[in-house]
Amino acid sequence: MSLSKEQIAKRIAKEVKDGYYVNLGIGIPTLVANYVRDDISVEFQSENGVLGMGPFPFEGEEDADIINAGKQTITTLPGASFFDSALSFSMIRGKHVDLTILGAMEVSDSGDIANWKIPGKMVKGMGGAMDLVASAENIIVAMMHTNREGESKLLSDCSLPLTGVNCVKKVVTNLAVLEITDNGFLLLERAPGVSVDEIKAATTGRLTVPSEVPEMMF
Amino acid sequence: MINKTVASVTDALHDVTDGMTLMLGGFGLCGIPENSIAFLSDKGVRDITCISNNAGVDDFGLGLLLQKHQIRKMISSYVGENDEFERQMLSGELEVELIPQGTLAERCRAAQAGIPAFYTPAGFGTEVGAGKESRIFNGKPHLLEFAFQADFAVVKAWKGDEAGNLIFKGTARNFNPVMCGAAKVTVAEVEELLPAGSLDPNEIHIPGIFVQRIFKGERFEKRIEKRTTQKKEY
Repeated sequence: MSLSKEQIAKRIAKEVKDGYYVNLGIGIPTLVANYVRDDISVEFQSENGVLGMGPFPFEGEEDADIINAGKQTITTLPGASFFDSALSFSMIRGKHVDLTILGAMEVSDSGDIANWKIPGKMVKGMGGAMDLVASAENIIVAMMHTNREGESKLLSDCSLPLTGVNCVKKVVTNLAVLEITDNGFLLLERAPGVSVDEIKAATTGRLTVPSEVPEMMF
Repeated sequence: MINKTVASVTDALHDVTDGMTLMLGGFGLCGIPENSIAFLSDKGVRDITCISNNAGVDDFGLGLLLQKHQIRKMISSYVGENDEFERQMLSGELEVELIPQGTLAERCRAAQAGIPAFYTPAGFGTEVGAGKESRIFNGKPHLLEFAFQADFAVVKAWKGDEAGNLIFKGTARNFNPVMCGAAKVTVAEVEELLPAGSLDPNEIHIPGIFVQRIFKGERFEKRIEKRTTQKKEY
């Protein structure tokens, strides 16, 4: 069975370790916060200027002055802080953030990522994604394995304008967990019930398949 | 104490003219100088270049200026959530320069700090880096980026005093502090304008030296772009 977005987030949550400062992108990455173990200490950074983000507020308790980078109303947890945009990117560029989780339209087998523009169709902008991928040492991409037309999003080379080159370390999709190595994608885990052949068929970039590929554990 | 107070938004922005470059604070609709934007819309200045992280929504924030075709060029990092913007951009009516958010912030900060240019890794190997000077530091390529040059910085703060000292609230801080002093004239609109001495000097985010004009905004709608809540469990 191919994973739901929630299950992708749940699997990625296992990559979040005690003591990590984590930046979550918009979409599936935002859901990761819901599944982080509650016996570890983690702080979520949002590039619009908050560290120590908490859950969404209760109805009636929203504050227009407290939002995340997706412009959603949020709350803060004890120990939280607010700061300006330059300081926020000092945290990011200065490698003080331990883990960056973001979505993508395409990822190449050398770790290039494209997620900000479809020429002639959609131009929303890169936001903070280019700064994040250029500096972060630990980048996990959360995305569906194929696009709406059923075409692979794990390619030899990205066809869309790039956000960053040679930067993605790991990809978690609805079908698999893959690491990016010097030899392209390395298949680490498969979604429960999904065969190696299905993953091969859905992956256009170079793919290395070890003799044993375990099913994901949540 | 050097008094920076002006009586109204009109006094604060009376000398903004056609063709100027304006920096405007805010992230989405959070922390935008909404009284100043409303004034600029009424005043009808045209042909302006806006440096602002986002472009508002169709009927609020910088969307108000876009609707009236007052903006010639937008310099932003993210411009989703605005259909009119997208239409003007794709039809070529509006010139758009998209730059990475951290680079946008640092180009403001550099202008504030008197640093003409700096190197950043963001955007290397992408179309953002096309035609830019690059240099390798510690084995990694970086792009040379320049400080902004702007006529006005228009920011929004929570509390301010007559001396122009500013305190921001929550994530409404965002680009506002880094734009203070980054243009020839900095105008701050505040929710609360207090006599000098009312704010604790230890708690001031931006000292008044970076601000030329300060006024109390008449009305703050503080529209929420994506109201997101959870239900209380009883």
